[in-house]
Amino acid sequence: MKIIVCVKQVPDTAATMSVENGIISWGDAPLIINPWDEYAVEAALNLVADQGGDVTALCLGKEGETEAIKHALAMGADTAVMVSDPALKGLDNVSASRVLAAAIEKIGDADLVLFGQQSVDTDTGLLPVQVARVLGWPSLTLVSKFESIAADDGKIQVLRTMEEGGQVVDAPLPAVVSVTKDYAEPRYPSFMGIRKASKAEFPKWGLADLGIEAPTSSVSWPEVLEPEQKEIVTEIIPGDTPEEKAQNLVDKLIAEKVL
Amino acid sequence: MDFKLSEEHLMVQRMVRDFAAKEVLPGIQEQDRVGGMAPFVLPRMAELGILGITMPVKYGGQGMDYISLGLVSEELEAVDTSLRVVISVHNGLSCLTLLQWGTEGQKEKFLVPLSRGEKIGCGAFTEPGAGSDFANIQATAKKEGDSYILNGEKMWISLATAADFTVATFRTDLQAEPAYRGLSTFIVDMDTPGITRGDIHGKLGVRAGSTGWINFQDVQIPSENLLGEAGEGFKITMSAFDNGRYTVAAGATGLIRASLEASKKYVDERAVSGQPLSELQLIQAKIARIALDYQAARLLYLQAGWLKNQGLRNTRETSAAKWFATEASFRAASEALQIHGAYGYSDEYPVERYLRNARGAMIYEGSSEIQSLIQAGYALEKRRDKRLRRELPAYDHETWT
Repeated sequence: MKIIVCVKQVPDTAATMSVENGIISWGDAPLIINPWDEYAVEAALNLVADQGGDVTALCLGKEGETEAIKHALAMGADTAVMVSDPALKGLDNVSASRVLAAAIEKIGDADLVLFGQQSVDTDTGLLPVQVARVLGWPSLTLVSKFESIAADDGKIQVLRTMEEGGQVVDAPLPAVVSVTKDYAEPRYPSFMGIRKASKAEFPKWGLADLGIEAPTSSVSWPEVLEPEQKEIVTEIIPGDTPEEKAQNLVDKLIAEKVL
Repeated sequence: MDFKLSEEHLMVQRMVRDFAAKEVLPGIQEQDRVGGMAPFVLPRMAELGILGITMPVKYGGQGMDYISLGLVSEELEAVDTSLRVVISVHNGLSCLTLLQWGTEGQKEKFLVPLSRGEKIGCGAFTEPGAGSDFANIQATAKKEGDSYILNGEKMWISLATAADFTVATFRTDLQAEPAYRGLSTFIVDMDTPGITRGDIHGKLGVRAGSTGWINFQDVQIPSENLLGEAGEGFKITMSAFDNGRYTVAAGATGLIRASLEASKKYVDERAVSGQPLSELQLIQAKIARIALDYQAARLLYLQAGWLKNQGLRNTRETSAAKWFATEASFRAASEALQIHGAYGYSDEYPVERYLRNARGAMIYEGSSEIQSLIQAGYALEKRRDKRLRRELPAYDHETWT
């Protein structure tokens, strides 16, 4: 079975973000693999451990920003492909999905393409669906469990988990799947994997390699704003007993017209 | 001169940071209150390869370099000192001593299972009556045929009750002059009859760790367990400290960083007279000092790690790193506590634990006074390194991986 996992690099979630003149900055904090994507890599590694096959990590990003790919390789992915091109600056989701779909077709023969359920920076969660649409493959989002998968018969059954409950879904392969945090805790990179990843050579494809023109983005971000600072007043409700404190709190809430 | 960490180093740092933050940090306050090491810690560190990180693959290790060992120590102690102590004792005092002084047979028998994390190692040197005065330890090893008979007591031994093997130094020649020439070092299986051991309770800090005593009563071990040659025990022990101290230095650097991070968070949260603490210059001065100490401590241990990678002697640099970082970590934790005010005095915040944990490192693996004497010795040219019969191997990527 051949699995492609799409990974993205994002600013460290522990970084302090700020906006200056409409540009988002995270200072000198490092880039990391999108934490959601680690669940997708974990799923891919477990599926090939169970069924045989190989895992390719695919990343669309700026040249030289290979943290996500290296992390996936250190976790155990077999190979990787980096897609970057100066013409791909400021891509919207639709454009990004076209580029990724072209790369997936160029890699070829994939039974399954996995994504994390969303990325922590732009948070749209749309890319898995859009890539599936461009490829013309089924899209299975928010998957927490692979019930069964038979690459030879071209069938997959997954459990989708949402707030409202679960859905068992059947689909033909190849398919695009987005994996949720409920799947399983992702493994840490092994030291051997880290050594392998730091020396790994992998192809870097530009638009010419993919044989496509730079897609035109229709969505742009003319302005980025920091959330407004809210004035928050903290008040400790007095009272000698819990009952008295509760009564004072109720009085206060009624006076403030909350109740 | 390149001060940049390699991609490999950054990945090691992140992996260990994630492990400590996800798996140990959430329960550390409670574990520190309860006392003793959480049962999952050693098996998990073994499983992740941390117990064999800086050891050639052919000896069961992970083949990473000495800088990685320092980075791991820093990351672990940034969460809790008890985690780093495992590195100092198992990887530092035990595994690296075997790598440096062990025969191929000893490495096969003892080092391989230790590096794989299948067995746990410790180092038994200090005694109830001899720590800094190491040349005058009293425990004896008497040669009888093909065996040595061990008698005596070792104290303040980290992982004493968790270890399967210990590297331990005994007096083999009672008449030797000077006394240090009469010491020999052994690798001892802790299941050997005649060994009793226990934990020490009531410590000021490192309460989530394991510190104990080991008693040897007519313990018979094969002579093939002698490390190096008879009479070489003092040198072997001092070289063990060159490695243990390195991890203590790097770990203390992590404790400074943790003190800095906790303080940075608190000074933004807490307001005085309508402005955050971070706006007050007296607070800024404290933060600046902690941040400076962090940078200095970090550079000192990385320098020692670089020397180790090159296979160069680093007793002076490692001692300086250990002395500076441990003193600075106590200072940093104390200032962090001061910044936190009364809250810092309670275990609601981690800084009081940092303060208690930092204090021990100014005593163990060579007290600050011993480090001071070592530095004076080098500065006044009264002390010169003589080439050891077996030097710590340089890191060689080709043969280690």
